[in-house]
Amino acid sequence: MKKFDKERALLAIAAPVLAVIGALIVTALVLLATGKEPFTAFHVMINYGDKTDSQVYILNKATTYYLAGLAVAVGFRMNLFNIGVDGQYRLAAFFAAAVGGAMSIPGIIQVPLIILTAMVVGAVWAAIAGVLKVTRGVSEVISTIMLNSIAGIVIGYFLQDGRLGVLDKNANMVSTKPIPSGSHLFNFSTGGGAVDGFIVLAVVAGVLYWFGLNRTRFGFDLRAVGRSQSAAEASGVSVKRMVITSMLISGALAGLVGMPTLLNESYDYGTDFPVGIGFTGIAVALLGRNNPVGIAVGAVLWAFLDRAANGLEFEGYDQELVGVIQGVIVLAVVIAYELVRRYGLTRQQRQVGAELAAAAAHKQEVTA
Amino acid sequence: MAYDVGGRGDHSFNDSAARGLDKADKEFNLKSKELTASNGETESDREQRLDSLAGAGYNPVIAVGFTYGDAVTKIAKKYPKTTFGIVDSVVQGSNVDSMTFATEQSSYLAGVAAALKTKSGKVGFIGGVHNPLIGTFQAGFDQGVKDTKPSVQVTDQYLYETDTKGFNDPTTAQGKAQGMLDQGIDVIYSAAGLSGDGSIQAVAGKSGAWAIGVDSDQYQDPALAKYKDHILTSAIKNVDVASYDLIKSVHDGTAKTGTNNYTLANGGVSLSTTGGFLGDVQSQIDAAKQKIVSGQITVKSAP
Repeated sequence: MKKFDKERALLAIAAPVLAVIGALIVTALVLLATGKEPFTAFHVMINYGDKTDSQVYILNKATTYYLAGLAVAVGFRMNLFNIGVDGQYRLAAFFAAAVGGAMSIPGIIQVPLIILTAMVVGAVWAAIAGVLKVTRGVSEVISTIMLNSIAGIVIGYFLQDGRLGVLDKNANMVSTKPIPSGSHLFNFSTGGGAVDGFIVLAVVAGVLYWFGLNRTRFGFDLRAVGRSQSAAEASGVSVKRMVITSMLISGALAGLVGMPTLLNESYDYGTDFPVGIGFTGIAVALLGRNNPVGIAVGAVLWAFLDRAANGLEFEGYDQELVGVIQGVIVLAVVIAYELVRRYGLTRQQRQVGAELAAAAAHKQEVTA
Repeated sequence: MAYDVGGRGDHSFNDSAARGLDKADKEFNLKSKELTASNGETESDREQRLDSLAGAGYNPVIAVGFTYGDAVTKIAKKYPKTTFGIVDSVVQGSNVDSMTFATEQSSYLAGVAAALKTKSGKVGFIGGVHNPLIGTFQAGFDQGVKDTKPSVQVTDQYLYETDTKGFNDPTTAQGKAQGMLDQGIDVIYSAAGLSGDGSIQAVAGKSGAWAIGVDSDQYQDPALAKYKDHILTSAIKNVDVASYDLIKSVHDGTAKTGTNNYTLANGGVSLSTTGGFLGDVQSQIDAAKQKIVSGQITVKSAP
């Protein structure tokens, strides 16, 4: 049985905390270098992020970031770099919006149908990269980046007046037909605005992710492949099948990324649909160490920083400052994990050494 | 004032709005606040940007760019006493000034100039994002070229299909322009905000090639001074006039609202002549302008 090791838990938290502190120090230096006082800036960030409407904003943003983080993390756990979450979620959201706009059936059937469409589209798009890797040995990094680009073009082709798009001449916008109001997902209204109801499904996705990876045979196989492909292969795991399956799951999760926006906010896919969340997902997954709770913390932190950027700009700071913080955090996370890992390793060796020495001393005592 | 991606310093669309703001600031001694959109924003980002401006008491609040359409609709209702301005989009509301520009008309003139100036008989159009608004530039340009010289071949390309990054990505524009130059195209019209800098830069690298600027008079832009000998003309969209008008009207106590269309006829859009490169063809351009103003030519607004 695993014994709960307090120091080990501390070590796990140490890395991200170190990273965030490191990032703050670097940011303070950047601020000083540009001749601005760093503490006021941090004060502005915290004050602004603390308001009720800010909290709602952060929760809503974090929901999408969390889903993106999960999608990326599934791949990371078996050393697959799914850079294509971005294209997968956009394509998925687009076709889901098209399906949702074309129908008018009771919401109780339509909402799941829209979500299912998104998951299937996302999974299929990701599977292309998986199949290419398994059959032709194409690196998933390259193929998913290219598929991102192709997804943008496919959407651009269909999102035109007369195809799947509807042109709003006055607003200069093209979007899919709006989803009927009966199929809008519920919201939690608060004093600071509405919290997307999809947050519930994001939590469910997080629990399923945890269960699937840590409590099932499949999850075990997936992690085994991530640790060592050859060892997994030798113990009877079909690596090829695992690559395809995990890409399918990663893509299906990616399909969910656009859903909070689609079902809770915009109700259509237009030229103003948010892009780039897939890349944020990579950062969030890294920050959260592929752990479902860690990813949630990372997502909330990221959303908080996004929000703080607005506050900073309003107070006359450059909003790019937050970009610097986010970039440094990612860099610092990678370094901090490595430092903590090395420290943990030496600590383990020392512990084992100490135990062996103690055992040896005990033995000597007995023989003496 | 809330800018679109690129913000102040894009030497084009946003800068035009900024000029109007600066002029009004100076004249009426106002305190203004400028916020800028970033790539990959959501609706709530835009709403809260306008909300924070109106909430802090700024009046009028001008949203530069059609992406703000829905956000203005919503926030204008929340602050009925504040006047809102929206560029390139029509928003209903008694406290909203919708400023639209007949950019197809100025683009038509740019097309006329391009057709008369090309030596290779091939001209190109680069749009930032393949959306209906940029389509008006393309439609006008294409028609202007064809009406002037039917034999001239027009190549139309876009940087991105849907991503608004297209207005903020000079590197990609430079590559696209280079590709066009390699095909023998010698006049390139870019309607792509800040990205246009990239294509102007590429064009400047080839002698005898011309770039046509957009929104601001890019010949006069200090940041583009190095390339100005290659900037034939610019299809100007006087967002500065429109935003200045709005600020002035609010300042004077009679807020301008409703839909205000800026055209060739009322000087809201025009074709610049500052470089003096159009001297030999000016009469033909003026003739075309007259025909548009008089209604003899109707310029299509969709390709």
